[in-house]
Amino acid sequence: MAYIKVNQDKVTKDIADQLIDICPFNAFEYQDAYLSINASCRICKMCVKKGPEGVCELIDNPKPKIDKSLYNGIVVFVEQHQNVAHPVSFELIGKAKELAKKSKEEVYALVVGDDVAHIAEEALSYGVDKVFVYEDQSFKDFNVELYTNVVEAFFKKYKNNVFLYGGTPMGRSFAPKVAARLKTGLTADCTMLDMTEGKDLLQIRPAFGGNIMAKIHTPNDRPQMATIRYKMFDKPEKIKPFGEIVYEKVDDISKNTTINILDHYPKPKVDDISDAEVIIAVGRAFKKQKDLDLIEPLRKKLNAEIACTRPLIENGWFDAKKQIGLSGRTVKPKLIINLGISGAVQYIEGMKDSELIISVNKDKHNKLFDISHYAIVGDIYEVLPELNKMVDQILEAKR
Amino acid sequence: MLKIITCIKQVPASSQVEVDPKTGVLIRDGNNVKMNPYDLYALEASFKVKEMKEDVSVHAITMGPPSASSVLNEALYMGADDASLITDRRFAGADVLATSYTLSQLIRHIKDYDIIFCGKQTTDGDTAQVGPEIAEFLGIPHVPYIKKIVEVKEDSIVVISGYDLYDEKIEVKFPCLITVEKDSYVPRLPSFRRKETFKTYQIPMISLKHLEDQDPEHYGLSGSPTQVEEIFPPNKKMESKLLEGTSKDLSKAMFDILKESKYV
Repeated sequence: MAYIKVNQDKVTKDIADQLIDICPFNAFEYQDAYLSINASCRICKMCVKKGPEGVCELIDNPKPKIDKSLYNGIVVFVEQHQNVAHPVSFELIGKAKELAKKSKEEVYALVVGDDVAHIAEEALSYGVDKVFVYEDQSFKDFNVELYTNVVEAFFKKYKNNVFLYGGTPMGRSFAPKVAARLKTGLTADCTMLDMTEGKDLLQIRPAFGGNIMAKIHTPNDRPQMATIRYKMFDKPEKIKPFGEIVYEKVDDISKNTTINILDHYPKPKVDDISDAEVIIAVGRAFKKQKDLDLIEPLRKKLNAEIACTRPLIENGWFDAKKQIGLSGRTVKPKLIINLGISGAVQYIEGMKDSELIISVNKDKHNKLFDISHYAIVGDIYEVLPELNKMVDQILEAKR
Repeated sequence: MLKIITCIKQVPASSQVEVDPKTGVLIRDGNNVKMNPYDLYALEASFKVKEMKEDVSVHAITMGPPSASSVLNEALYMGADDASLITDRRFAGADVLATSYTLSQLIRHIKDYDIIFCGKQTTDGDTAQVGPEIAEFLGIPHVPYIKKIVEVKEDSIVVISGYDLYDEKIEVKFPCLITVEKDSYVPRLPSFRRKETFKTYQIPMISLKHLEDQDPEHYGLSGSPTQVEEIFPPNKKMESKLLEGTSKDLSKAMFDILKESKYV
């Protein structure tokens, strides 16, 4: 069992105070000259690494090491709904190919459904080595129990090194069930992935509400698994397929389920900001809802989608689908104009990969400026009217 | 009797955590804690079942240090009938898998249940994985992100679950686990009268020695397949042009940028 040992003979009041300060989880308690660690400890090892030397120590009985050479191949789970593949799956194929170059592995796509040959072909055209298909009538709709049985059977047969899933509502519900079934790790919503030559997947994600990035690894369990949000990575170019499609037997896979899907209601197609090419995003600097009229000329001229930060959703000014950020949508437009947004890290994670970022804010030291190509220090209530005049002139001239 | 277990968590009140770039030490803002906001919806959904059907009990559970029992008190004052805390130093350093396993062991210890409710995710971990993993460890199905409870039957529940492109009406037999979407129902406030009622209630503290599986290797850091190798501040380096001046200059500059990149 792993734990932090405190060498009490080295503890003084002063040292205890230092350690209490260092611990981000308030896990130290100092009483009667004894420094104890309570259940809040997350073994982040801050006290070991940053504390006074030799006071705290990580005690860990090493477990028997697994043989990593037995696990090979990077698998992308191809998500489909009503026989249409979700584009996030193809973005993941692109990333998987980059990773596979470093670890010298093959890349596989896993397709589950009914009558999904066209999805297998599509996956092949993004340059995977093999597409494995599990087809059955009972796999037509996503059923978390049956799909978990499929991935379990697949892993047992092929012993893969890595599984990647889209961080969609479906992937976020399904991947954890697989992780618990295979008793392995799963890192949610990775924003970066990297691979070592030793085939260890480095999973990087925002932690502690997003102000910190954590680099996570799975040292002694396989498969290594991660979910990745839509639009985190680029979709690869289609190429001339060179791989093969393998149809797997499904007879031995249990199709028992206590889940009965009664009905589907497609959501009405709303203007989806995640596919927008140009976005104007507004933040808390807008004092009244009426003031949003200020962006109208520019919106028309750029044919932009309007998006916003979380506080404006909470104000009830916008539908939640217009929110950019980790709790909203991830966007990757060609152009984004941020107006009066200070840039919480969650927001920045949701738009940082936009091709051109222009931000206007009164406060010179706002975090969004650090990732903006053009940081304009100004009051939106002054800059926008001036800009509108120029835009209006163009609109007039065209008439 | 229909038995509900509702999983809740105590989280930091603020997510304002930063890394000291020189020392690499985490700087946390204060010691304030609160109930994970998403769990309020899980509790409310549990109470909704209570309103829809007779003879329903709600048992709130949490894992954490002894001080985490304050969220259980809150749940009791809101409408829960029982509460249990699972706490042990040997659970320290647990990742999603080990946390889910620990909670599943606590649920096995409680034994009788028909529905388990969880919030969609927590505000500190943000993974949304613990619910589905608990369900798998218990060998029961889960239904994620429910927006509405349609009907509670004798041996099943019908709910509406929200995905990105569609909503799904789904019936699932007991026992099952359900994660609740935010804004599904308006959470009630703790009641003063209930607070009086629970004045003498002692929240049971469960530790490793009470569980079916007492092998410490299956818990905490030892039972966690994933490990945090390193934490670092988000990358802020990039070519950024700062523009200052009068509003007129600025709007002109902005117009020129848009023109140059062929947007106007």
